[in-house]
Amino acid sequence: MREDAVLEAQNLVKTYGKGDSLFTALGGIDLTIRQGEKVAIIGKSGSGKSTLMHLLALLDKPTSGAVFVEGQDAAKLKNGQLGHLRGQKFGFVFQQFFLNGHASVLENVILPLKIAGVGRAERKRRALEALKQVELDDKAKNKAKDLSGGQKQRVVIARAIVGNPSVIFADEPTGNLDTATGQRIEDLLFSLNANQGITLIVVTHDADLAARCDRQIHIQDGRIVDHPEPPAATREPKAPEPAPDQPDAPQPPRRPTPRPRRKVHL
Amino acid sequence: MKLFDLLATASSNMFRSKLRTLLTITAIFIGAFTLTITTGLGLGVSQYLDRQVDAFGAKDLDKIREIDGIKSVAAYHNASIDYVVASDPDKKYQASVTPFLTGSNFSLDAGRYPDNDSKDLELMLPSTYLELLGLGSAESAVGKTVKFGVTNGLGKRTEVEGKISGILGASLVAGTSISPNDALMTRLRAVQAVGQPPVAGEVVQAATARFDAADTEKLKKIKEDLKKLQYEGMTVEDQIGSFKAVINGMIAVLNGFALIALLAAGFGIINTLLMSIQERTKEIGLMKAMGMSPKRIFLLFSMEAVMLGFWGSLLGSLAAIGVGTVVNKLVIESFLKDLVGLQLLTFSPVSVASVILLVMAISFLAGTMPAIRAARKNPIDSLRYE
Repeated sequence: MREDAVLEAQNLVKTYGKGDSLFTALGGIDLTIRQGEKVAIIGKSGSGKSTLMHLLALLDKPTSGAVFVEGQDAAKLKNGQLGHLRGQKFGFVFQQFFLNGHASVLENVILPLKIAGVGRAERKRRALEALKQVELDDKAKNKAKDLSGGQKQRVVIARAIVGNPSVIFADEPTGNLDTATGQRIEDLLFSLNANQGITLIVVTHDADLAARCDRQIHIQDGRIVDHPEPPAATREPKAPEPAPDQPDAPQPPRRPTPRPRRKVHL
Repeated sequence: MKLFDLLATASSNMFRSKLRTLLTITAIFIGAFTLTITTGLGLGVSQYLDRQVDAFGAKDLDKIREIDGIKSVAAYHNASIDYVVASDPDKKYQASVTPFLTGSNFSLDAGRYPDNDSKDLELMLPSTYLELLGLGSAESAVGKTVKFGVTNGLGKRTEVEGKISGILGASLVAGTSISPNDALMTRLRAVQAVGQPPVAGEVVQAATARFDAADTEKLKKIKEDLKKLQYEGMTVEDQIGSFKAVINGMIAVLNGFALIALLAAGFGIINTLLMSIQERTKEIGLMKAMGMSPKRIFLLFSMEAVMLGFWGSLLGSLAAIGVGTVVNKLVIESFLKDLVGLQLLTFSPVSVASVILLVMAISFLAGTMPAIRAARKNPIDSLRYE
């Protein structure tokens, strides 16, 4: 295991159903994601890319295989500890926002801190800080339902970063937004990566968004079919081996300007 | 999530769907209202009865405490009288007499108990006779005399005179019998016995036995021994006890109905919570994704259930106390006027608190099923839920 690996997946398998109706959503995924990387998980709908993200984010349990978070085997944690780890290390940005429309913007951003048991004054301060980062501190008292789509997604991002996560999982973050607003959200996410070194894992089928990441993991029928970086050599995806050996992979770049990568056509 | 935040969240969640919450609380309200009223009724009546029993013996216990077992047995003679009359000869009334038992204790409106050790012919008159016999107030009646018409074995009617020593207050227990002392009783019987075959005089309907009433073990033994000899031993407490048992039975049935209402309300809670969990599936998923443990999710929804129960029962009990106080006043001033000291509905803080706690417990139980369901939800299923 690499020193700077924030997430490591070993031979992840996820199946649904039994017998004849057995469906393999993921058929053995090996993956290492280093701190500060920008990774895009791309693939068609039904390819298993969301399943992979859910497993990496500890939102779901694999049928077999293991996920290590900073070297810790998630399977060895109890439910409560798992939730705690998830709350501490991860932030989530969802396509459908999942905001409580009747609560204020501030209340929505405070929620993760409330769950974590942070004190009243402290959590308000931190939530306002997070809102400032997404330039929505003036809307703190508005109800979430009164915001525009782009503003909602910015609230979601504020909610994702308020707990100082090391990884942000973004599931189609721009899926519900028009191009210009989507662009702004992308910029915001990438600036968080550039300025704070937050690892970004984006699930998308938007090739342009994927191209802005350091690395694209192309999922097809539950397997990685195109794994360009790092290392450069593409491994045989069907081999259910442990983590691929990645001896001298370059440090994850923390450049604000994305390096164009090989585009993946679906 | 801290407990206070959990409580605040549960509380605010409760008011998200106001109409549904209101309806559920109303269902609980009805149950709690009924239960508070019925327990209040039970407490009121049983306290009244207890007071009647308390009046018996408390003082006399000391007197007989030193006695081991039965000290003495005296015949409990009865006599039948044709009528009772006071100074106004036109006002003759049928009446029954029951010997006054030393050690009995009744609420007296005036005067004192008849003295069984005295040679004076004394009696205790229920207050209901005062007006009938034209005796005026209770105070003025004490010391006056009444006459009993008695027919002897030869068919000849004689009048026996007795002095009123005390006026018995109206009571559920004491009844309407006139209670002569031993001396008057003996006289009545003697007059009645004239011309009757001797054996009739020897037959007694009951006997009084004295024993140490504080020693319940011994009392039980005495009763058992009596039973072996095919007699029935019954204390005044037993008599009131059987009366009380009937009342308690009725109250239990009423409480049963109230509990059925609460049971229905419990299903209302289950329904409300299930719907609310359904609606908030995504939110639960989100909270789990953000690290909320299943235990806390369970607590959150249980608390919501308990809060529904709390508000419903609090409002229900308060309404019951309000309505009960008004009804109490009306009833006591009208048809239960004669039962001095009766509080038909008695609400003690303990019983009201027990009702609220019971309802909260029922609510918690009703909430467990939906709460477990919420706690078990897989975050990812919840997030995908449409």
